[in-house]
Amino acid sequence: MSVTQQALAVGRATVASRTRRHAWFGGLHGADYIWAIAFALPYIAIFLFFVIYPIAFGIWMGSDIALYEQLYSDPRYLTAVLNTILYVVIGVNLKMFLAFMLSGFFFRKGWWVKGLMVIFILPWATPALPAYMSIHWFLNGQWGMLNNILYELFGIDGPVYLNEHWSGLASNIAAYIWKTLPFWTVILLAGRMAVPQELYEAAAVDGASRLGKFAHVTLPLMANLYLVCVLLDMVFALGDFNSTFFVSGGGPAMSTEVLATLGIRYAFTVALPNLGVATVMSALPVLIPLVIILMRRLRPSEGQL
Amino acid sequence: MSVTIPRRQIRSPLFYRLHRYGVEALCLALGFLLAVWSLAPLYNMWKIALETHEGIFGGSIWLADPSFEAFRVVITQDFWYLERFWHQFGNSFIVGLSVTFLTLGIASLASFTVGRMRLRNGWMLTNAALMTYVIPASFLAIPIYRIMNIYGLGNHLSSVILALTTFATPYAIFIFSQYGKSIPMELDESARIDGANPLQIYYRIYLPLMAPALVAVGTYALLLAWNEYLYNFLLLSTPQSMTVAVALAQFLNSDESPWNFMMATAIIYALPPIILYYGFRRYMAAGLTMGGVKG
Repeated sequence: MSVTQQALAVGRATVASRTRRHAWFGGLHGADYIWAIAFALPYIAIFLFFVIYPIAFGIWMGSDIALYEQLYSDPRYLTAVLNTILYVVIGVNLKMFLAFMLSGFFFRKGWWVKGLMVIFILPWATPALPAYMSIHWFLNGQWGMLNNILYELFGIDGPVYLNEHWSGLASNIAAYIWKTLPFWTVILLAGRMAVPQELYEAAAVDGASRLGKFAHVTLPLMANLYLVCVLLDMVFALGDFNSTFFVSGGGPAMSTEVLATLGIRYAFTVALPNLGVATVMSALPVLIPLVIILMRRLRPSEGQL
Repeated sequence: MSVTIPRRQIRSPLFYRLHRYGVEALCLALGFLLAVWSLAPLYNMWKIALETHEGIFGGSIWLADPSFEAFRVVITQDFWYLERFWHQFGNSFIVGLSVTFLTLGIASLASFTVGRMRLRNGWMLTNAALMTYVIPASFLAIPIYRIMNIYGLGNHLSSVILALTTFATPYAIFIFSQYGKSIPMELDESARIDGANPLQIYYRIYLPLMAPALVAVGTYALLLAWNEYLYNFLLLSTPQSMTVAVALAQFLNSDESPWNFMMATAIIYALPPIILYYGFRRYMAAGLTMGGVKG
């Protein structure tokens, strides 16, 4: 998976940079240089037309200070900010902790653990839209499966989950965790597998207990990968539109909206595109540092891809 | 002065056996919980799809009387939301395949020029790709929607194709350059001594040797395009141009909510990517990555 490669590459970057390969006969000349430029052109064009231009356009759309004053006095916006913070902080950290624990579980050997992995990965393999739609009906207060199960097993009438701010937000977060937990578990599992076995043997020779091996071998070697995963998923969670849009639909009364969905709603339902852009852009003070840290961490080595 | 040597406590063999069984039982219980957690929403999807219209509101956990009526309705386009279902399915395919081939072409050329030909200032391209990868796509949706209209691509499949290619290429460039490092530079050099130009090296040496990475990234791009919702929804709004994802979400606008039709559509929409994912999982793990799908 993408992030495994990237995150593992972070560790290897230092090694790779020492063994720099020589370029084609010491650099490009004449016709070769033109070929190289021509090969790069399609991506440069895509980047200019569909990344740089939209960013510039967005900054221009959201450049009016009055928009932010309007947002600041809008209780729905303030709720969305709070929701986004809870969504990102709780959703990502809870999930990453679970994924880390589960990666230890799936590290066990045995046929049924392997079989379980195939089932466990299903939520990730399922497209977001059908999955979240199903969860939406699963949590329906009247006819939803969850309340039916609660009634059959314990004889209790479950709450109407999506009709209240906090339980609605919790549902969205749970749905996001359900969908993406397998992905991060597999990545952290790959990270565990990359830890050299000799280190555990050496620790055993030195008399380390299981806990000691975990604390002094697994944790330090996984820390970097774990951090990269948390940061990367924070960016993904910040931009996640589908879980909120399909599980709670932002309701009731727009109380579970996050910035990504509120921006789209302002722009397309309320027809205030500039306000929508401003809503999203107000996340930049958090997003830009995250992007800079991630770019530094994910870059394999200097000057080369 | 006496030295105490830490000694491991030795317990009876029975203790160790019981301990092992206990751990195994706990793991089984955890595994069972995980399976229920993973499968519950998917079971819910199937149950609703196989239910008759009355059965949905019955309040039972198990399926009493499975009916394939909903699937028949979807497949024969026998409901007014689904009038153009197969056309929209075809649209999804066109978008998916176009994004896949554009991504493979653009990203392999870019990684070739930066990783193999060592274009001066190629690092700027790398950074541009990395930056695109870590910017949430939903944050750019509003300006991209406006820009597509400026370009005159509104309600045209190419708008979605171009937008999704933009978001798929950065990861592709990243994987290609990682994988490309495993291909010896000497191959390029000997080809050049034989008089090959860069295009021939790219086409005859670089691409064939990159085959595993191309398959993995192609799968990733196809899944990304097929599963994406927001851009499909914003950029395609006429029944003629819609993809399945947009058609599926339309059910949410309905008051009479034919849930079983909706879930049957959802299952038919979800099956191709699931099959593709499981089909290439092993291959991708062997090739370079274990899944290759951006979250």
